[in-house]
Amino acid sequence: MTTATHQPATAADTFAARRQSPVQRVQQVLHAYPTISPVLVLIAASVVFTIVNSRFADPQSLSLVFQQVAVVAALAIGQTLIILTAGIDLSVGAIAILSMMIMAKLSMDHGMPGIPAIIVGIAVGTLAGLVNGLLVTRIKLPPFIVTLGTLSVFTALGLLYSKGQSVEAASMPAVVNWTGTTFAVGQFRITVGVVLVLVLYAITAFALSQTGWGKHVYAVGDDAEAARLVGIRVNRVLLSVYTVAGLIYGITAWILIGRAGSASPNALTDANLESITAVVIGGTSLFGGRGLVVGSLLGAVIVGVFRSGLSLAGVDDQYRVLAIGVLVIAAVAVDQWIRKVRA
Amino acid sequence: MTQLAHGSAPAPVPPADTRQPVLEARSLVKTFGRVVGLDGVDLQLFPGEVLAIIGDNGAGKSTLIKCLTGAYTPDAGEMLLDGQPVHFKRPQDARDAGIETVYQTLAVAPALDITSNLYLGREFRRKGPLGSVLRMLDKKAMRDNAGTSMSDLGIGTIQNMSQAVETLSGGQRQAVAVARSAMFATKLVILDEPTAALGVKETGQVLKMIEEVKNRGLPVILISHNMPNVFEVADRIHIQRLGASAGVITPQSHTMSEAVAIMTGATTLAETPGRAG
Ligand SMILES: Nc1ncnc2c1ncn2[C@@H]1O[C@H](COP(=O)(O)OP(=O)(O)O)[C@@H](O)[C@H]1O
Ligand SMILES: [Mg+2]
Repeated sequence: MTTATHQPATAADTFAARRQSPVQRVQQVLHAYPTISPVLVLIAASVVFTIVNSRFADPQSLSLVFQQVAVVAALAIGQTLIILTAGIDLSVGAIAILSMMIMAKLSMDHGMPGIPAIIVGIAVGTLAGLVNGLLVTRIKLPPFIVTLGTLSVFTALGLLYSKGQSVEAASMPAVVNWTGTTFAVGQFRITVGVVLVLVLYAITAFALSQTGWGKHVYAVGDDAEAARLVGIRVNRVLLSVYTVAGLIYGITAWILIGRAGSASPNALTDANLESITAVVIGGTSLFGGRGLVVGSLLGAVIVGVFRSGLSLAGVDDQYRVLAIGVLVIAAVAVDQWIRKVRA
Repeated sequence: MTQLAHGSAPAPVPPADTRQPVLEARSLVKTFGRVVGLDGVDLQLFPGEVLAIIGDNGAGKSTLIKCLTGAYTPDAGEMLLDGQPVHFKRPQDARDAGIETVYQTLAVAPALDITSNLYLGREFRRKGPLGSVLRMLDKKAMRDNAGTSMSDLGIGTIQNMSQAVETLSGGQRQAVAVARSAMFATKLVILDEPTAALGVKETGQVLKMIEEVKNRGLPVILISHNMPNVFEVADRIHIQRLGASAGVITPQSHTMSEAVAIMTGATTLAETPGRAG
């Protein structure tokens, strides 16, 4: 990790070339690979929970963990993109619910075939993301305020449109609830929704790490003014990020119908905080510009693992809530610490 | 004060109006509410020269180059590039015109690696459908090309081009920013206080890079507070004072202390015309 432009000449150079303590090395490794922490937490938790109750590692209980975390993991993709730009999205759940109610009502009440209903629902989610993006870039309001406002707006629209009523998946065309279909992989029961989430992660990870757009997302979150000065169209990048996030929430709505077996306007009450939790535990910095989307998948799975492991250990569910709270604070503290790395 | 003779001794400056300036600004005005950043500034940059801009803090040096590079839009005044009027609305416009700038605040993305920073905003894409359909970056080509460009500029070897810029020393970061501008400039390079935060050795490196850019035939605008540095590398010196131009001198026409006196308002160019320049 050391860099030598020239042989040390000044006292400052000698200082810079000093040997590093083990703690500093850990800091540097975590700085280069921030996803190491969630990986270690996941491994440690899994080992402990398996020792406490071996049923934790059963394919059935692990399959259930994946199915349970799929929706939050999917929402966390959009949340990650926005947090990478140093923003935050509080309207995550509201957009997903709005999209979901549109898919459900269109296909049931209005007799629209399943696929067009799904497409319209996803399109509305995308549009909702675009609205967030326009408010952030054109009116220049802080993302926190914009999405706090649209949280209420989209929630109200979802309730008004659905008249507050749930729709049972059984009364919808099969394709609308196809994401809940399970199939066996070895001893595991996997749903179509889980596969869809993994595909979304793969696409997003590719876009972030292999395309210019991905570099620009990081640069904008790192230092928006610097990004502007090097010629990046900062507003365009932000607008694309909020819109893509809306698209992902729309797709998540489809996954949610399959998972829940119904479309209820009162579902996903904790989606905002849960998606932010997954992102933060996954090692993405709330200050923007650093983190990996796969970390958020790990973060979501960690929450699911704690839920399953602690319940199998016969512990009150409040201990899970407590443990996740501690993890969030620890993750942010670690992020603060590794951001202090200097040459 | 001694004058530092340098490798390619600066030729005596010919009368200003005989050559077409590469970049020319006329009566630039830029205000920030009640604060006047630029109060009608003229500037000319001639082919192949290093033009230094000196001035006290707040004299409007950074504002001037931000107007020249599209980071700010001037309220009034005009700009000509190779004699053609230009209006830069954003930094990208100036870049597209071949002007590369290293801003005082060092516009880098600290968390991104060196190669990504060098190519930020103009990444290479893969050939074929991987690039055109999947928009995939050609990371290897960028890395190879970056390594060559850095060593061409005499920036030693940064061993690991994939390390984050924030893990570099101040001098190395500055080198990355200067390298980026030198790699892509086709008309001119602008450096805003590139050595302000650097030690002696690192400053020497940056001055060498400026010479290297000049040897490639590109004119350079260098903003600096450091009089010995300015007198070492500059062909002409534009003195900025209270948002306006206080005159243009050369290292031959004036001494460092005269330059400082004009810069601080202790005297004026009219009172201190210097030796024939
Ligand atoms: N973005 C801005 N908003 C308000 N005032 C500014 C801004 N940029 C520069 N100024 C003001 O313009 C004047 C010139 O500043 P600047 O160009 O940064 O000076 P220099 O680079 O010569 O030190 C100063 O009074 C400064 O406070
Ligand atoms: Mg300045």
